[in-house]
Amino acid sequence: MNVRVVAVDEATRISSIIEDCRHLEGPMLPILHKVQEAFGYIPEAAKQIIAQALNLSRAEVHGVVTFYHDFRDHPAGRHCLKLCRAEACQSMGGDALAEQVKAKLGLDWHETAADGSVTLEPVFCLGLCAQAPAAMLDGELYARLHEDCLNDIVAEVRA
Amino acid sequence: MPLVPEIDYGTPASRSDKMVTLTIDGRAITVPEGTSIMRASMEAGIQVPKLCATDMVDAFGSCRLCLIEVEGRNGTPASCTTPVAPGLVVHTQTERLKQIRKGVMELYISDHPLDCLTCAANGDCELQDMAGAVGLRDVRYGYEGDNHVKARSATGTINAQWMPKDESNPYFTYDPSKCIVCSRCVRACEEVQGTFALTIEGRGFDSRVSPGAHEAFLESECVSCGACVQACPTATLTEKSVIAIGQPEHSVVTTCAYCGVGCSFKAEMRGEELVRMVPWKDGQANRGHSCVKGRFAYGYASHKDRILNPMIREKISDPWREVTWEEAFAHVASEFRRIQYQYGRESIGGITSSRCTNEETYLVQKLIRAGFGNNNVDTCARVCHSPTGYGLGQAFGTSAGTQNFDSVEHSDVVLVIGANPTDGHPVFGSRLKKRLRQGAKLIVIDPRRIDLVRTPHVEAAFHLPLKPGTNVAVLTALAHVIVTEGLFDEAFIRTRCDWSEFEDWAAFVAEPQHSPEETEKFTGVPAEDLRGAARLYAKGGNGAIYYGLGVTEHSQGSTTVMAIANLAMATGNIGRPGVGVNPLRGQNNVQGSCDMGSFPHELPGYRHISDDATRETFEKLWGVTLNNEPGLRIPNMLDAAVDGTFKGIYIQGEDILQSDPDTKHVSAGLAAMECVVVHDLFLNETANYAHVFLPGSTFLEKDGTFTNAERRINRVRKVMTPKNGYADWEVTQKLAQAMGLAWAYTHPSQIMDEIAATTPSFAGVSYAYLEEKGSVQWPCNEKFPNGSPIMHVDGFVRGKGKFIRTEYVATDERTGPRFPLLLTTGRILSQYNVGAQTRRTENVVWHEEDRLELHPHDAEQRGIKDGDWVKLASRAGETTLRALITDRVAPGVVYTTFHHPNTQANVITTDFSDWATNCPEYKVTAVQISPSNGPTDWQEDYEELSRRSRRIVGKLEAAE
Repeated sequence: MNVRVVAVDEATRISSIIEDCRHLEGPMLPILHKVQEAFGYIPEAAKQIIAQALNLSRAEVHGVVTFYHDFRDHPAGRHCLKLCRAEACQSMGGDALAEQVKAKLGLDWHETAADGSVTLEPVFCLGLCAQAPAAMLDGELYARLHEDCLNDIVAEVRA
Repeated sequence: MPLVPEIDYGTPASRSDKMVTLTIDGRAITVPEGTSIMRASMEAGIQVPKLCATDMVDAFGSCRLCLIEVEGRNGTPASCTTPVAPGLVVHTQTERLKQIRKGVMELYISDHPLDCLTCAANGDCELQDMAGAVGLRDVRYGYEGDNHVKARSATGTINAQWMPKDESNPYFTYDPSKCIVCSRCVRACEEVQGTFALTIEGRGFDSRVSPGAHEAFLESECVSCGACVQACPTATLTEKSVIAIGQPEHSVVTTCAYCGVGCSFKAEMRGEELVRMVPWKDGQANRGHSCVKGRFAYGYASHKDRILNPMIREKISDPWREVTWEEAFAHVASEFRRIQYQYGRESIGGITSSRCTNEETYLVQKLIRAGFGNNNVDTCARVCHSPTGYGLGQAFGTSAGTQNFDSVEHSDVVLVIGANPTDGHPVFGSRLKKRLRQGAKLIVIDPRRIDLVRTPHVEAAFHLPLKPGTNVAVLTALAHVIVTEGLFDEAFIRTRCDWSEFEDWAAFVAEPQHSPEETEKFTGVPAEDLRGAARLYAKGGNGAIYYGLGVTEHSQGSTTVMAIANLAMATGNIGRPGVGVNPLRGQNNVQGSCDMGSFPHELPGYRHISDDATRETFEKLWGVTLNNEPGLRIPNMLDAAVDGTFKGIYIQGEDILQSDPDTKHVSAGLAAMECVVVHDLFLNETANYAHVFLPGSTFLEKDGTFTNAERRINRVRKVMTPKNGYADWEVTQKLAQAMGLAWAYTHPSQIMDEIAATTPSFAGVSYAYLEEKGSVQWPCNEKFPNGSPIMHVDGFVRGKGKFIRTEYVATDERTGPRFPLLLTTGRILSQYNVGAQTRRTENVVWHEEDRLELHPHDAEQRGIKDGDWVKLASRAGETTLRALITDRVAPGVVYTTFHHPNTQANVITTDFSDWATNCPEYKVTAVQISPSNGPTDWQEDYEELSRRSRRIVGKLEAAE
């Protein structure tokens, strides 16, 4: 399969996502979510296709995509681990925990493991301040984190 | 002479009639409801510190500097986003506010370079001003931490937050290190220009201005209108000319010399050097907006190709010889007199320029009528809007558009026919798009899918992609729907028009052969769309029609104009704001040149030459007897030249060889003449056939007036000495003097006084009046002392509006087996007309050659790929250019521009023309396309001729 075929396929898939969502009020965010779901990130070409379909400029789509940290411009690892970096979690030892995770995974923020197993991301407030420190693994929340718990998580993503 | 002062009120004016009184800093202030507290303060002379607010865009409330305190309310609201309310007591300066502002400012400056002394915006920087205004004395934060300012940290590590300067745009730079992310540029691009090329990417400290999707300006959707540069409060977006030259020290308000919008600009000067052109907020045509041409493309004025000394040659095969002005005038005068003696009085003539001022045009026609003693005067409007003059004159009684540009703000439905405002009239295009974004509906009738059909946040309700040449059929079908479905405005017609004429017309359009279902067969416009469009225009509220050369440059151009007038009258869309019939004039002063009596049959003010009373007025003043027979039109002059009866011509500021149809015929005509005098800035294509070249002056080098498409007479003001020695009006005057006429004008204002004295529609116009009012729309006389923004308010100029039958007659130019495609022509944003000026500016980065647009289907059939050289042939001639494959054009239709002389698009166009006015049929030519290796023989021969005819020997030492 050559590169061009992939691109055509990409465009077709994005266009069909747009068709599914364009009847919604304010369709851009739902479209972006579905594109990210389908591709794992927002392909650069998607901006132009969405802009064209919704009669916006590609600058506007770019502005929205980049505003939200969750929209990625390249694929993440198979797992995505987000550690809360906000004040409540920091006050409950979040910083030290973060350093441990980084060391265990051998990753810095926003990095993906060489084997593609996991991406480490900072996140600002998961709303679990009362149960800090908190994390989210592939959309699932973890609260009152401690070292054992972390080891389990690391083992899971490395599996 | 200082800079022209402009006050920034921070937020746009409110249009409310209801007044509100409040107290700001102890002063009672009354302003319209909806005004922001910031604006109200500024109107009272109290300046609230601000950074993200400017009155060209809506309030945004992001900079947190314009905070105020309101008695009885909590907190410190932003004055830009807080509207006035009755009885408010506002304080703009309190101890608390001072502290907040200083803190905010300190944060701004902590991420801004401290290089004010060497910064291009030094002296013109709002950040600098505000730092001063809030009394910032110290920044406690240092630059060691995160910043956008330094490429590397003190330890030499690369700063990923720093971005290099973007210098891709030829006219301005984007320096992200100086950006305070106020988003004024983004909002100007969206709200004023309507292109949406900019955004703020990222969030928080990562927020940056991004053209397109993090692209360079030149690669983004940016159209280089300059609105962002104007909006920028810092040096982030700065004109390269300001970086190169420095800040201007004085400015003069003048009028742009490009399209018929006629934007007012401040020419910002340093001595006699033009630093930059900035659109003037009080300009009543442009309201502070500009396009890439007027704002930036003035470099031609000092281009090395400009000819600054008069030149003469015996034969057109000789090289040019520079001479003194005296010798040139004496030579022309004796040649013209010799020719008239030898071949008769009618053997010479002249062409006035739509590029020159009213005063200059008036003088040229005066020279011809009074000096040459004949009426052989014509103008380039012949090839563009002469059908407008004729058609609207017939229907309404005046040869001009009915509205001002502000009128579009009140339109509910806009019908654009054969015009491409976003390219041809960009500033009006932006004003139109603004109204469309507010909810007005758009109908586009054009063979090509112009940008307006679908562009961010604007989408036409109907696009009727007709086959070129079928305008009349489509418009008559619209009328058919309006009449047969009873959508016409009977009350309006009964009071304002002749009812029996309407009945006759209604019976005609109601005939079944004019139904959309019938016309669809040859126009290609789906009947259902056409019916929808007719219903929308007739019943959608205020309906305004804007049209361009796609209407006039046809064999039925005049008929189409009348059909447009019929539609407007039948639906009652005439005589108030938001409606009307509006020709979008191509050139800066094409309206003015027509007004000034440039046509062979008309004296100034559209009065026929056979009218004894009018002639008498001029005969008395000029002391001559005028010929009461119309003279020759341009095509007739050329025909007569080929026949050997027309031998000399004075052409001011028009390149007929490139702009007129059937190039080979034009060149044959010119070659047959004995004295061709070209008066222009450059050795244009016509000058290849000239015997005398008189150097012209630019709009920056003379005083005068231009009249734009809305009949607005705007002042053109001299900001520098003519490089060629004389303003064009002086050249014409000296030529007239050499021919024995006793002219003694010392300033163009005296010419305007003469125009006012002889022409009723200009009776109230004088330079003193224009100085006072800024500009005025004719008619301006005793009846309309303040001019006429909207015409035909209480009744048509001719009395009753006239309905005229518009029978569709297919053009003789038809496709057939040899020429199966239809060629239509147009223009592009960055280039202007024949390109003599814009090709000599950096605008070429956007359009370096003319391309032939064709549909993928037609391309595939012929084995043509995008970018291939193709041969374009019609029965008149052939040329080559490169293909651009696009579905903007329908199958069977091809499209090109005519900005570059080596394309010679008019070698292709035929000599068919409008039945009433001879306006050439540029918009329809049957052609064939085939793959090609490169330029045709004609192009190569012509290139060689141009090269030879531009040789100059015998340079004058130190001219003048």
